[in-house]
Amino acid sequence: MISAQLPAIVLLLTLLSAPVCSMIRNGDNAWKVAMFAVWLSVAAAIALMAQVWGGNTISYHMGGWAPPWGIEVRIDELSALVVILITLFGALVISALRESLRTVMRSHRHSLYYATFLLCMSSLIGITITGDAFNVFVFLEISSLSTYALIARGRDRRALIAAFRYLIMGTIGATFILIAIGFMYMVTGTLNMADLAVRLPEHTDNRVIQASFAFFTVGIALKVAVFPLHYWLPSAYTYAPKATTAFLAATATKVSLYVMIRFVFDVYGVEFSFTQMKLDVLLIPMSIAGILIASLTAMFQSDVKRLLAWSSVAQLSYMVLGMALLNVNGLTASVTHMFNHAMMKAGLFLALAAMIYRVGSSHLRDLAGIGRSMPMTTAAFVILGAGLVGVPLTAGFVSKWYLISAVLDKGWVWVAALLIVSSLMALVYVGKIVDVAYFKTAPAEHNAVKDVPVSILVPCWAFALLTIYFGLDTRATAGVADRVAQALLGIAS
Amino acid sequence: MLTGLFNYWVVIILMMAGLYVVMASRHLVKKIVGLNIFQTAVFILFISMGKVGGGTAPILVEGTTLYSNPLPHVLILTAIVVGVATTALGLAIAVRVYEAYDSVDEEDIAAMDTEDRRQESAVTTVTNTPS
Repeated sequence: MISAQLPAIVLLLTLLSAPVCSMIRNGDNAWKVAMFAVWLSVAAAIALMAQVWGGNTISYHMGGWAPPWGIEVRIDELSALVVILITLFGALVISALRESLRTVMRSHRHSLYYATFLLCMSSLIGITITGDAFNVFVFLEISSLSTYALIARGRDRRALIAAFRYLIMGTIGATFILIAIGFMYMVTGTLNMADLAVRLPEHTDNRVIQASFAFFTVGIALKVAVFPLHYWLPSAYTYAPKATTAFLAATATKVSLYVMIRFVFDVYGVEFSFTQMKLDVLLIPMSIAGILIASLTAMFQSDVKRLLAWSSVAQLSYMVLGMALLNVNGLTASVTHMFNHAMMKAGLFLALAAMIYRVGSSHLRDLAGIGRSMPMTTAAFVILGAGLVGVPLTAGFVSKWYLISAVLDKGWVWVAALLIVSSLMALVYVGKIVDVAYFKTAPAEHNAVKDVPVSILVPCWAFALLTIYFGLDTRATAGVADRVAQALLGIAS
Repeated sequence: MLTGLFNYWVVIILMMAGLYVVMASRHLVKKIVGLNIFQTAVFILFISMGKVGGGTAPILVEGTTLYSNPLPHVLILTAIVVGVATTALGLAIAVRVYEAYDSVDEEDIAAMDTEDRRQESAVTTVTNTPS
């Protein structure tokens, strides 16, 4: 009984607990409500994955109205994986958030903050599970609006301007997607994504559909922060409140990438997107440029938060490259890296938030000697950093392995070489932090610095251990991604 | 030809005007206004596509069989709500920006930010005051 209603439950748990949180005045109680809701959603997300495991699809009709008239919730392995990504990593961040917020804002504001956070989470889940194109736009806007609000709460005044710039870019992107959906509706008269996928191939020569595809690509590329449309990302991540960055870096761009994959492969179709519109010709050079330029920029940052933000731009380009290669290995790499990078970057930002919690700054100079004063946090940071570089036995290695195999499948030895160069650049920027943390003497005023409370340390280590676990057991990541890739490319397995 | 597509010409003009204001204006509030014009253009696009020639409002009355398509209108009601929320949030942030920087001019703010970053790399400032 309950298992049939899971698609609605996984969305409603967080959506309904958001207003409840906003009405509770005591921040600690609001946190307990939020914790209860998010950990239940994690359970629901895992149960959903169990239902679709092996390549099943759930089609849930909201309110009992059959598609294409009613709104359909459609869950396959790809969406189930993304829902787990959002709920699990969101839940881990929320677990650490209470302690982390104490130094940022007064306690009577905490409940509103949790409410915004939950709203963001539920709308991201909504984007992932809905089967209705217009719903995607609405949820995308809800998630963006709550993200702007979350970023604007940063302590630095530059957080405000970062949020404002993101708001402008994000709204333009979302409105472009709205135009694209409008054009599709004009030609086909339907908004259901499965129905669109059936009807669009008849209209591939229609200029309106081609324009729709162009609007969609630019709009979603803004949201994914595909190079060179990444301009909002570094500042937004740098100035967002500490632990929030961990959540945003893990989910917001990944869910947008999910929307991109879903529309490009499923709704518009591989034939139209790649053979006719030549999306790969556009995306491959941009993503390779993004990988190199963003990694290079990250190497020269002295603020660790900004460094990690630039590294995110580079890592997102890996995912876009994998997608644009249009072979099974590439898409597998893209989907696996979506999950793995979300995990590693969330963990890194959370560990960094823990360091800021103690030393009050994320500047490299202030992190000197932190490996000795905060050994547990720094150790977690190093494991996650190794994952980012792609050291074997970590999750990052798995996705990079698939990506390089995909490039070699195409016979592009030079691109594979560039990918290895960019991994070396990652080694440089992660190594820079490790060097400062372990081999520099701490400034005198940091003598009293000690490790963070358990409530922050446990989520950090959970991320670090997951990074190792998914480096060894790839059934839930690469295994699923492989089946997803074959389904998206229309190859019968 | 030209008159038949009148709405769509208006959409294009409004959309380009809005985007231009967003890009060219330095004033944060004017950027929000531009964004609004841009979004309004899309609303008109949706509303125009729902019109069926000779159709009446989609209300069940005797004697009419031809109705305009209500779905795009309903969609746009939602999009208008989203637009209002975006405007409200954008203006709220602009107010906070004015309080923090004493200016709503983007270039002035950018100059102040550059100054902030220069100072940051010169001295360590450990601020821990809850806001």
